[in-house]
Amino acid sequence: MEKAGVYVHIPFCKSKCPYCDFYSMKLQGGMENKYSEFVAEKVRGYKENPPVLADTLYFGGGTPSLIGADNIIKITESAKEIWDFEEITVECNPSCVEDDFFNKVSSAGVNRISLGLQSAVDTERRSLGRLAGVKEAEKCIRSAQKAGIENISLDVMLGVPNQTEKTLDETLKFCTQSGATHISAYMLKLEEDTFFYKNQQKLNLPDDDFTADAYLKMVSFLESAGFPQYEISNFARKGYESKHNLKYWKCGEYLGIGPAAHSFINGKRFYYPRDIESFMNGGEPVDDGTGGDIQEYVMLRLRLKDGISYDELEKRGFGYLNRTLKKEVSIYSQHGLMDETEGGFHLTPAGFLLSNAIIAKIVSIF
Amino acid sequence: MAVPKKNIRNFSIIAHIDHGKSTLADRMLELTESVAMRDMQAQLLDNMDLERERGITIKAHAVKLDYKAKDGEQYVLNLIDTPGHVDFNYEVSRSLAACEGAVLIVDASQGIEAQTLANTYLALDHDLEIVPVINKIDLPAAQPEEVAKQVEDVIGLDCEFAPRVSAKTGLNVDQVLERIVLDVPAPLEADDNKPLRALIFDSVYDSYKGVIVYVRIMDGKIKAGDTMRMMATGAEFTVVEVGYMRATSMEPAKELTAGEVGYITASIKTVRDASVGDTVTLATNPAKEALPGYRKVNPMVFCGVYPADGADYENLRDALEKLRLNDASLSFEPETSGALGFGFRCGFLGLLHLEIIQERLEREYNLDLVTTIPSVVYKIHLNNGEVVEIDNPTHYPDPALINYSEEPIVNAHIYSPQEYVGAIMDLCQDRRGIFKTMDYITPERVDISYSLPLNEIIYDFFDVLKSRTKGYASFDYEIADYQRSDLVKLDVLLNGDVIDALSFIIHSEKAYAKARKIAEKLKDNIPRQMFEIPIQIGIGGKIIARETVKAMRKDVLAKCYGGDITRKKKLLEKQKEGKKRMRHFGTVEVPQEAFMAVLKLDE
Repeated sequence: MEKAGVYVHIPFCKSKCPYCDFYSMKLQGGMENKYSEFVAEKVRGYKENPPVLADTLYFGGGTPSLIGADNIIKITESAKEIWDFEEITVECNPSCVEDDFFNKVSSAGVNRISLGLQSAVDTERRSLGRLAGVKEAEKCIRSAQKAGIENISLDVMLGVPNQTEKTLDETLKFCTQSGATHISAYMLKLEEDTFFYKNQQKLNLPDDDFTADAYLKMVSFLESAGFPQYEISNFARKGYESKHNLKYWKCGEYLGIGPAAHSFINGKRFYYPRDIESFMNGGEPVDDGTGGDIQEYVMLRLRLKDGISYDELEKRGFGYLNRTLKKEVSIYSQHGLMDETEGGFHLTPAGFLLSNAIIAKIVSIF
Repeated sequence: MAVPKKNIRNFSIIAHIDHGKSTLADRMLELTESVAMRDMQAQLLDNMDLERERGITIKAHAVKLDYKAKDGEQYVLNLIDTPGHVDFNYEVSRSLAACEGAVLIVDASQGIEAQTLANTYLALDHDLEIVPVINKIDLPAAQPEEVAKQVEDVIGLDCEFAPRVSAKTGLNVDQVLERIVLDVPAPLEADDNKPLRALIFDSVYDSYKGVIVYVRIMDGKIKAGDTMRMMATGAEFTVVEVGYMRATSMEPAKELTAGEVGYITASIKTVRDASVGDTVTLATNPAKEALPGYRKVNPMVFCGVYPADGADYENLRDALEKLRLNDASLSFEPETSGALGFGFRCGFLGLLHLEIIQERLEREYNLDLVTTIPSVVYKIHLNNGEVVEIDNPTHYPDPALINYSEEPIVNAHIYSPQEYVGAIMDLCQDRRGIFKTMDYITPERVDISYSLPLNEIIYDFFDVLKSRTKGYASFDYEIADYQRSDLVKLDVLLNGDVIDALSFIIHSEKAYAKARKIAEKLKDNIPRQMFEIPIQIGIGGKIIARETVKAMRKDVLAKCYGGDITRKKKLLEKQKEGKKRMRHFGTVEVPQEAFMAVLKLDE
């Protein structure tokens, strides 16, 4: 059986970005030490009877790098007492990385960095509320590499205010030439309760047609630059796909630790509420129903460039639907939204852009 | 305790919509103590919710009032309420035929309106004695004397003794009752000894008693145990009960005699067996001739009615059947549409009737409906001499086979303050109207008469008229005849497929403009979908308008990690729900609103 991933949520940031709705708060008063100690203790509590077998560890946020290398190491070490990790990722904000950070975490086993670049164009970055400039990002990449961390991912955004073809080109060129091995490119989504959502009229946002065209151009550019697409928003050099994140899309299990962290274990979904106090007072996770059914499988699998194989459906007992599926798939193929492969089918980039509608349609077959 | 015939008064109240008919009726019930105050619900006679809301009487009802007049004698006043809308003209005429008099209400602030005149003429046709009443004198804008003069000048009714009342406050309503006693003739010609002839002016289905037949006994008598015969159909029934209608109950009686108004029950299963206008006689001693004026009511407006959710088909059928129990003028038969699935082709007296039925289906039976564009009945003359009547565009013959077509034409009267004459004429012209006459009722008000094709007024004519005249114009029409017309059938194609439910028949001159409008409306109302959708409007094989719904470009959740999965799943469920409200045509999904938008094209 596929091993699980462990996710640790670090809910601290220097400041809130105007588009972000992840659970995070301004870091103050040495909270990071108390929090990290609590998480490490929580992890140690799993030692007796680990809820999962895991091979990836992921620090997400928030801004995990903000809590400092020592805290990251503290949590990592406690986890390593239970699990052997193939991949340990830390999300970093280029503006919140202390000197020597990468050397320290690298020696504790961190072998993957996800850097929140968002854009290589400073004016764009500033409207996204990102504090650091391209220079800092470059510096981070260099020092991570120097510390022996060669698996470096950059986050970029599409459809952000004032974006043009030119600025996006600039960003993508920077990414492909920066030495990064992985790129996550997210189309901006206006999340309720964010500054962007409330001020969307004033933001000079590009329209859907622009973003769609930009996305398609980006996919082929990244492909030709040696970063083939493997998920709707993810691109990597061969062999550098995120092992941890792939678990989400392959219906794998994960154990989430921290407020707002979600878990999926033994067919059950649950999560800690978005409340750090309740979490640190030993609050229990909240039930979020069951998961892993065929609908979920199809919905998540279709996010991947690998798509769905008829064999796998057969194995799951849904082979009888393959004929119906094939008919549907051929319609989408005719319109360039899907590709039919030897044993299955997957969405094309144009199909990814419409994946909500297509997935809904395909899922309704099951 | 039978009252002598000389003390019976049978009367109706006629008025334009909103002139206060139901309110006056309520006051009369109170004054004659026919109804306890605690049972008094505003406008008791209109006992359907819809009637109360729309302020119109949909079906006629009747009530027997006991009144002790100022002359000291006890009278029976039979109030027969009439439906207040042109769609129900025939029923109005039958109600009037059951009376000797009519109370004509005119609003003191508005004066004579379209239906004031239409109903008055109808009453005069039946030789009724008319008792004019000037209502709403409590309103600040009331001009009772001017309006009284208007009635004298325009209709020629003496208004010297016309009560000036406020039905709302009850002021002077007693004078109305006195005028009825004084002016309305008693049914003295009614003869108990002649063979029975009873005029059916209404019938209502009751789940316990079967159909309750409302009658006016013209001659003869009827009692429980008699075998009654419907003269139009020949159907016979054994009378179970006869009696009088009271305001809040039925009052059984030993017998009904000539001149009286009452009800008969005889285990009759549907109202179609007791059609309004038919004559009831006795099988043992039948009358030689039926009362004049019976005719079968033919639906004038047709449309397809489909359940939004196909699973509701049986429920829709049940609901229509129940409504038909009580509404002989509603017709329906099963119909299948490629676009809408299984539904019914329904026939209505007019657009209001259609709207009422649609609303009752939605409200009382909780059905979510899609209705197609209403159609009138066209007569298509084929080259081979055959004439086919078409009420459904789907059945429109191949144009190559058609010699010529005919469409129904109405005589319309529009009453309006004179400053709107220009706007009204523009509207009528636009609707292919032919101007007939214009008469000044008063120096400020005109009666404009047009000949108009029925299919031009069934969509939205009245709404547009109201908006162009700030609500001041009123409108009335009667079917005149069929006239030759240059008709074509417009087809709507989505993604190359004809959407049968959106086809309709239209005058050729209007086809191009309409086609362009439909195409635009559809484009605006069909959401962008995964594929580009060509919209085409065609006549036969010829496309005369086209638009394109561009393909949707972006509908994607960019981030989907641990916490997003449940959220995304819920979103999928929601999308599924949304899809239920969509109609599928091949790969194209059309929301219900798009159908509605095409229906309400001229807004």
